[in-house]
Amino acid sequence: MKKFGGPAFVLDRSDINTDEIIPARYLTENSKEALAPHLLEDLNLDGFDPRDEKLRQARAIVTRGNFGCGSSREHAVWVFEKNNIDLVVAESFARIFRQNMFNCGMLAVELPKEDIDAIVALGPDLTLAVDLEKNVLMAQGSHKASFAFALNPFDRELVRAGGWLAFADAHY
Amino acid sequence: MGQTIAEKIFAAHRRDTPTPDNAVLNLDVVLAHEITTPIAINDLVARGMDRVFDSAKIKAVIDHVTPSKDSKTATQGKILRDWARRHQIKDFFDIGANGVCHALFPEKGFIRPGYTVIMGDSHTCTHGAFGAFAAGVGTTDLEVGILKGVCSFRRPETIKMAITGKLADGVYAKDVILFIIKTLTVNGATDKILEFVGPVVDAMSMEARMTLCNMAIEAGATCGICLPDRTTAAYLWPFIQGDYASVDAAVADFRQWHSDPDAGYASTMALDISGLEPQVTYGFKPDEVKDVTTMAGTRVDQVYIGSCTNGRIEDLREAARILAGRRIAATVRGILSPATPKVYVRALEEGIIKTFMEAGFCVTNPTCGACLGMSNGVLAAGEVCASTTNRNFNGRMGKGGMVHLMSPATAAATAVAGVITDPRPCLRQAKEAKL
Repeated sequence: MKKFGGPAFVLDRSDINTDEIIPARYLTENSKEALAPHLLEDLNLDGFDPRDEKLRQARAIVTRGNFGCGSSREHAVWVFEKNNIDLVVAESFARIFRQNMFNCGMLAVELPKEDIDAIVALGPDLTLAVDLEKNVLMAQGSHKASFAFALNPFDRELVRAGGWLAFADAHY
Repeated sequence: MGQTIAEKIFAAHRRDTPTPDNAVLNLDVVLAHEITTPIAINDLVARGMDRVFDSAKIKAVIDHVTPSKDSKTATQGKILRDWARRHQIKDFFDIGANGVCHALFPEKGFIRPGYTVIMGDSHTCTHGAFGAFAAGVGTTDLEVGILKGVCSFRRPETIKMAITGKLADGVYAKDVILFIIKTLTVNGATDKILEFVGPVVDAMSMEARMTLCNMAIEAGATCGICLPDRTTAAYLWPFIQGDYASVDAAVADFRQWHSDPDAGYASTMALDISGLEPQVTYGFKPDEVKDVTTMAGTRVDQVYIGSCTNGRIEDLREAARILAGRRIAATVRGILSPATPKVYVRALEEGIIKTFMEAGFCVTNPTCGACLGMSNGVLAAGEVCASTTNRNFNGRMGKGGMVHLMSPATAAATAVAGVITDPRPCLRQAKEAKL
């Protein structure tokens, strides 16, 4: 199965919506690649700069509750994918965003608030790794910590298949 | 144990049960628009899988940016148009016949009780007003829906929302749903279905029920849903009269979908809306809602009346009650976008368009446009809009702009005053003038 993880970037706010992840003015693009430069361009978060070099290097995002709420636009998942980010760890997700992640063969991991607090406390030099056999997330920052998570078995199948289209084409 | 309406619809459409917590459903209708569908079409073409599962079950519209505003939006329209033609999708609505998807498709009778419906648009939950399971999905779900006619969902859990009391004049379904979102918060219904029941819902028109269900997503819900009844049957009658001997027969048949008395719910909430004031959002989240009286006096630069939430004929009539014989403030730009051509024509016939224009409103063609900051009324940084739409996210109607969500009546009263205004005194005056 695909490996998830790498340098992680923390977006320490709840209810980050899809308009903030990729504004509607870029929904007129007909290729996923064209979205890439506009990642989180309208994010309303103190001290955040969408041109932050650490964001450009990131392979994973750590965030709070209700991530990806609002519009159904899968562009909000593709813009991460095209920036080589295929893992988002959050306290919770909006349903459509979470489904879009798994539909693209990407990984959305939910952890309780205490665990997200603990990951954020590891500091800005944060690296994540995921063991999908054991359902454990390993975090390395100022020190090392690991966190068990639950994964819906069907979502795991979608990750294994490389997304919903591949799964559906094989099964239906 | 009995079943909820959503569980009954799931049972009737179940194609596969990959795990006990997941269901793959057969779809009755797959809806498509020009913003989220072209990438699915291009992907299917690139994979050599440019097929549709059933051209009669796919309905498509160009609605988000129409007429096209630039080469990119023209290309999106062209991709959808060419695809609809090559797959002989009969129900394709292009310029001259197009309107806001969640107003247009119900008007055409495409949504029926017990149906499963998806669209690459989060406000697809609107169609739950007809007793359908209707969910907004991403482009990959849409792509699989187009190709295979199926979609996967988690096992449906339902929050029952029993609404009692009596709506005061000047208070509408929009105020009720804003108050519900405030109560539930923006993720209070995530992964849940919101089933709206009770005498207030029973008394609502289909248009009001659509407004109610439209914003279920703003509380995180997968779908809003109402139990199909006589109001539903009467609305659909022109489309179902070949299927039933009478409206009574349709009503009796629709009852099969009603939740059983012993159905299990994730939770049940009771809401008495007697005394509810008109509601207005104040922040950048749709659960940031206050009574209009506490928001009164907030300056606005633009007033927008339209969208899948509140661009239907009843909405326009309520706004026109306030605008009749009045002028909007000189500092305000008023924009009306009737949601469909049928609404537009009806508003012309009833003199509503004239009322809006004499009050100083600009009237645009039916389109989603300004609601998501794409066209026909995008805000400049620092500007404030009073809007009958559904999202007040930061920059939603234009980067740096602020949106206050409200009912059409509150929006009209606000347009006249130039500041957020309680519509009830205006409505009382209008009533007295008539007497």
